[in-house]
Amino acid sequence: MAAPMLRGCCLGRHWALACIDGGSRHGRGAATGFTSSGKRGQSFVAQQPHITAQKSRKGEHKWEAVVGLEIHAQIASNSKLFSGSQVHFAAPPNSLVSFFDASLPGTLPVLNRRCVEAAVMTGLALNCHINKKSLFDRKHYFYADLPAGYQITQQRLPIAVNGSLAYSVCVGKRWRQVITKTVRIKQIQLEQDSGKSLHDELRSQTLIDLNRAEGQLRVDANISVHHPGEPLGVRTEVKNLNSARFLARAIDYEIQRQINELENGCEILNETRSFDYKLGCTVPMRDKEGKQDYRFMPEPNLPPLLLYDTASLPAGADPQQVINIDQIREQLPELPSETREKLIQQYGMLPEHSFALLNEVGLLEFFQNVIKETRAEPKKVTSWVLNIFLGFLKQQNLAVNESPVTPSALAELLNLLDRKVISSSAAKQVFEELWRGKGKTPSQIVSERKLELMQDAEALERVCHAVMEGHPQVVMDMKRGNPRAINKLIGLVRKATHSRADPTVIKEILEKQLSS
Amino acid sequence: MLGRTLREVSAALKQGQITPIELCQKCLSLIKKTKFLNAYITVSEEVALKQAEESEKRYKKGHSLGDLDGIPIAVKDNFSTSGIETTCASNMLKGYVPPYNATVVQRLLDQGAVLMGKTNLDEFAMGSGSTDGAFGPVKNPWSYSKQYREKRKQKPHGMLAGHDPKDSTTIQDPGKPFMLSSLTDVSKLCIGIPKEYLVPELSSEVRSFWSKAANLFESEGAKVIEVSLPHTSHSIVCYHVLCTSEVASNMARFDGLEYGHRCDIDVSTEAMYAATRREGFNDVVRGRILAGNFFLLKENYANYFAKAQKVRRLIANDFVNVFNSGVDVLLTPTTLSEAVPYPEFIKEDNRTRSAQDDIFTQAVNMAGLPAVSVPVALSNQGLPVGLQFIGRAFCDQQLLTVAKWFEKQVQFPVIQLQELMDDCSSVFEIEKLASVSLQQ
Repeated sequence: MAAPMLRGCCLGRHWALACIDGGSRHGRGAATGFTSSGKRGQSFVAQQPHITAQKSRKGEHKWEAVVGLEIHAQIASNSKLFSGSQVHFAAPPNSLVSFFDASLPGTLPVLNRRCVEAAVMTGLALNCHINKKSLFDRKHYFYADLPAGYQITQQRLPIAVNGSLAYSVCVGKRWRQVITKTVRIKQIQLEQDSGKSLHDELRSQTLIDLNRAEGQLRVDANISVHHPGEPLGVRTEVKNLNSARFLARAIDYEIQRQINELENGCEILNETRSFDYKLGCTVPMRDKEGKQDYRFMPEPNLPPLLLYDTASLPAGADPQQVINIDQIREQLPELPSETREKLIQQYGMLPEHSFALLNEVGLLEFFQNVIKETRAEPKKVTSWVLNIFLGFLKQQNLAVNESPVTPSALAELLNLLDRKVISSSAAKQVFEELWRGKGKTPSQIVSERKLELMQDAEALERVCHAVMEGHPQVVMDMKRGNPRAINKLIGLVRKATHSRADPTVIKEILEKQLSS
Repeated sequence: MLGRTLREVSAALKQGQITPIELCQKCLSLIKKTKFLNAYITVSEEVALKQAEESEKRYKKGHSLGDLDGIPIAVKDNFSTSGIETTCASNMLKGYVPPYNATVVQRLLDQGAVLMGKTNLDEFAMGSGSTDGAFGPVKNPWSYSKQYREKRKQKPHGMLAGHDPKDSTTIQDPGKPFMLSSLTDVSKLCIGIPKEYLVPELSSEVRSFWSKAANLFESEGAKVIEVSLPHTSHSIVCYHVLCTSEVASNMARFDGLEYGHRCDIDVSTEAMYAATRREGFNDVVRGRILAGNFFLLKENYANYFAKAQKVRRLIANDFVNVFNSGVDVLLTPTTLSEAVPYPEFIKEDNRTRSAQDDIFTQAVNMAGLPAVSVPVALSNQGLPVGLQFIGRAFCDQQLLTVAKWFEKQVQFPVIQLQELMDDCSSVFEIEKLASVSLQQ
């Protein structure tokens, strides 16, 4: 999804299932980086496993992998899900902890309205059914970053269920082909975040920060493999993956590991694993021995969460106390897929470009502001924004809103280019100058550095003629049909004109003069 | 002065017959003299005197905050009091000083009440005789060798009830503080007597008081009828399953990390948790935690917890049906008998005692109804006996009005501690005898 969830302390969680073909994903090759089945550790069965006739031999039957993702996303809100303490990015440790957050005896949770609205919005955006009544539960386990000894979550009856997300995948050569896939969303639930643990190996201690964990998005993957038509296999859970790239690698590795294990007649343990980034493989997590019983119990301090729509809204209800799903639906911003479709229709944009524009915060708005102020073709604008502008941003690791070049400036530059006042290469030079942020406009830079294209056609013709006269050998080459010869001449003409002549025009003139 | 009613004392303060500081000092003096009762865990003398001083300033200016201004109060030590140690009578919270006031405490202080101290209880209020706290048992002021059976788990109803914005399960309606009218005519009332509450274990004395009370209403023109709450016999077990499950959950926060007791072991976090909780909790608390965790296990949840919730629904419906049939208020005993002597009381374990003694009062917890216990008379042994009134949901005002009328009828005697104080020597003789059997 495009805009990342900003700071907040509440989590939404949803499951996505996608069927995958034969151990590879999205048409790319099989995962690299997995180790051979010699590395087994605890999953090894003590006795020699029987290899019966029914067990598959290597590569005999097709494998199908099933992947479920558990995604933890922080909600952008001013205060936490159940307490009034503030949410700030990178605050000093334990500086944003209310009595409730520290689980002082006698403190009680109070539900944050904004978080509920955010969950409903997320549910609507993901085509879920919004449960008008949802419940809160306690999930119990002892851990230093969980002060109450339980987490308040929505296990039995979450706020939204049965959604879907349609997404496009770029495949094929140079990822030019775009196919649409759909993933199911099992449920979305509101839940408390745990604190953050900082392990101090040196002093053999762990420090706990109860501000609540930072990290806008965390993903756990559940993976199993089976033969098509047969029941689902035993699944493993791979925890705490923080980037899309590593998520993909971890899943690919785990799928292949499971296939290897099974093809060698071993069993898959229902266990939790973590991903070793350096080795590129999943490893069992030491402290998760045996299955945990979380002793789920209804949260007695929170009544059922009731949501309404316009039809069911009680008469005379205080708008501060009720949430109307229909109202939230109306306030939903345009969803990314719709925006991308509009871009494609309106500007004839390529799908992959529409993705790129939406994948950077603020980039779409930048693009649209440039479009407003320029007469240059949308394709030109797209190209400049995605290649040159975005390139400069990435090089210096800047966000769009930190850009030294404003949309107006870029628009002005593109206008100059469009009117052929400057050449393409001159435009790039101007852009570099603009990037240095000295406050000059493109027009100023162009005139200061004398970058205007030669407008005088006759003068240009004279220069071409002069160059040809001065380099008869090259002209001979040209006549013989050497394609590189003309480029040399163009280069010489450009040099002579201090790059103020359009190479295309130069080429035309040279060819005309040659033929005459 | 100390034997007067709250209303009388409040009037005296307003009229200047006594000042808040004088009143506070009298109370503090009495507390010191009755220290052997072990009623207080913490006496907040400095705080009380300061609050009394402020109250006095307000009275002098004619700006008293209301009827509670300057009135001495004591708060059970499982309510948070900011800046004052709150222990819940447990080793786990010895030395714990909360940074905030419980809502009910805050409201009392906002009204100008003067906090004398924190009173003793069973550890985490788990028990029925205030015998099993970390600071020792409380002695019944009515008798030194007997227990005053405290009424546990009465929800704070009445003038301070209503919405607490920090508790999401309280109702939204900002209940206006109401005045209880003096009911003179009970002829329009219908009093229900649940037949299932007539259990064999009920002492004949309590039964007699119950019967007399019913007759009293009837003689004053009220309709008194027998009603049935058919699921009463399942109620105590149902309560135990749900209660211990919640206990297991609520006590999970006591891990020695953030506050409270922490053991010396630092080999590992798990070892620290285990030792801290073993040292911090008594066996009553630990027993309930273990039971509760058992009920919450995945393989047990449906058969115990979920089943108990269903039974709870049936129990609550019993009450709904009775109230829907025209009954306004139910009248039941509060306890099986007068307070049992301490040596006898401790013959049974906490769980057994709780199961026995809670029989009349926990059903109301599960049905979510207002109830109040009103002292009726002294038993033959000179110990107080009370009866319970149960009202309809959210009809606190009606309930208390009826209770107030009844209170006026029975004229229960005020405890005269002064008399007991005068005979100091005999007090300490009994104290010496009693202290032997009190050794935990």
